[in-house]
Amino acid sequence: MNIMRTSRVALRALGRNKMRSFLTALGIIIGVGAVISMVSIGEGAKQGVEDRFASMGTNLLFVSPGSRSRGGVHSGFGGFNTLKPEDAVAIEQQCDAVQYTSPSVSTRAQTVYGNKNWNTSIQGTGAMYPEVRNWPVEQGTYFDESQVRTAAKVCVLGSEVKKSLFEDEDAIGQIVRVKSIPFRVIGVLKSKGESGGWFNRDDMMTVPYTTVMKRLTGQEYISSIDISAVSATRTEEAQTQIEELLRIRHRIAPGADDDFQVRNMAEIAEGAAQATQIMTILLGSIASISLLVGGIGIMNIMLVSVTERIREIGIRMAVGAQQKDILLQFLTEAVVLSVLGGLIGVLFGVGLSKLLVYVKTFSQFKTAVSPGAIILAFVFAASVGIFFGFYPARKASRLDPIEALRYE
Amino acid sequence: MATPIIRLENLVKVYKIGETEVRALRGISYEVEAGEFLAIMGASGSGKSTLMNIIGCLDRPTSGRYFLEGEKVSTFDRDKLARIRNQKIGFVFQTFNLLPRTTALENVELPLLYSSHIHSKQRVEMALQALESVGLKDRAYHKTNQLSGGEQQRVAIARALLNNPTLILADEPTGNLDTKTSLEIINIFSRLNQEKRITMVMVTHEPDIACFARKRIYIRDGEIIKEESNGEGCEESAGKESRP
Repeated sequence: MNIMRTSRVALRALGRNKMRSFLTALGIIIGVGAVISMVSIGEGAKQGVEDRFASMGTNLLFVSPGSRSRGGVHSGFGGFNTLKPEDAVAIEQQCDAVQYTSPSVSTRAQTVYGNKNWNTSIQGTGAMYPEVRNWPVEQGTYFDESQVRTAAKVCVLGSEVKKSLFEDEDAIGQIVRVKSIPFRVIGVLKSKGESGGWFNRDDMMTVPYTTVMKRLTGQEYISSIDISAVSATRTEEAQTQIEELLRIRHRIAPGADDDFQVRNMAEIAEGAAQATQIMTILLGSIASISLLVGGIGIMNIMLVSVTERIREIGIRMAVGAQQKDILLQFLTEAVVLSVLGGLIGVLFGVGLSKLLVYVKTFSQFKTAVSPGAIILAFVFAASVGIFFGFYPARKASRLDPIEALRYE
Repeated sequence: MATPIIRLENLVKVYKIGETEVRALRGISYEVEAGEFLAIMGASGSGKSTLMNIIGCLDRPTSGRYFLEGEKVSTFDRDKLARIRNQKIGFVFQTFNLLPRTTALENVELPLLYSSHIHSKQRVEMALQALESVGLKDRAYHKTNQLSGGEQQRVAIARALLNNPTLILADEPTGNLDTKTSLEIINIFSRLNQEKRITMVMVTHEPDIACFARKRIYIRDGEIIKEESNGEGCEESAGKESRP
């Protein structure tokens, strides 16, 4: 018996019990569907995280104040103010793998325009902030070096702040008051869009960092430095150079702990991607269990089917079916069930992942249906059929023809 | 042509049921010529079913030898026996043994599914031909459970005919049929035996059915106790139909 003929016989046999065949396949359908949709949620989350980091710039590095020990007492990270604006200038000038630096200080304040006001985050940055953070200005211009030097009272609005204070009105050239100090709006940043999660990155405004230090907070230290490497591939090199330079500038003895910390975006992105990868694997393996349960369902039904059809097996043997013919017939029935179930399951899973986007709880996740997951789930389903179909099929093929014919 | 189609040499079959041994056949030797019509008679438990199973290559003897068309099939393994059943033997059973919820046509073409290299178109043609020869061509697409007993048995005969067997084995073929239908069936057997020269071996315990056979053997306790040929011993049975 060749494969075509065997599958036709199997299909005919399954067709004789349509409801039962469908219910058996349903186990596989749900299993495969669950694997595909769960993995696509995980993959979507991973892609979302990766996109978000990529939009921040993969050549991005941060220097923040580290812990410093005094008399054996360690303070936590950021516990001491050790970074100065001069450090940023030195890094930009002396590290050749570094492209731009932008010192960063921040505060929160009420901003007022006309009869509207809005509480938002005020970011003090250098003139190169848009380049460093890969965040272009949509309207107007960013402030330049001379405005930074003179601690000019100018500001660039995030799109959310612009919308809150000005609505559709043109903001460029208008005056916004922050702590009673008038700031002239010279630009509006391009919207980064809802980042998902806890805060909206467009809900902020930037002013020269010198302005924050001298006019708003009066601090002498900066809270961090944003740095861009010349290219993503030279990020690690830049990190080493920055570390060496800062150790010299901060006069840290060999073997002593750094009083600063350099982290790069690639590291952070990788960490986040790993976390979502673990989530994907977790979701996938939980879904796989349902596929396994579906397989056991197939085995169960095939065993029932063999017992029900002992007479038929006897007849087939009497007219000349060999053991392998019977084995193949029942194995094919199991495989046809699982493969058909797998196919419908793939459609079901893909459809479900597309639909999940419209469910409120999942709307912040994008789902990404990965071909790998489809192939994996399908192959897994087919092998589940072979694995769980084999035992009943072998049982059928080993029946004694005489006893099978006499079976009532 | 001198080789008999069936040659049994001192066949013994022993079953083990728990600790006790049951000797179902105690040394049967017999020869059946090609084109013969043989009836095997005996009470239940006499060993005739065991003998049929061995002749039908469904079972192997414990000792002794069985030659089918000169081939020593008593030593064949399961798959080789299946091959022989497929190529040389057609079965007709008391309980018809058709696949339920399946059309007559599909039932008839079943043996061809297990013999290689036949196109599905050709298969259907051959099956229809076989159905025609038992007068059931118009019932080809009926499910078996929609057919009467006699029709079902005719489907079974068509199935037995499909591989052009040299031997048809019938195990109580009329046991579940009324007298009129029984006669129909037995007449089909006689016709096949005479026209196509197919060797028939039939187990029955109805004497008037057995009388249609040219030879009759009687079995008791696993041994052949009597052999009759032609009309011997059939005079008083109500055989109004023409006998071969």
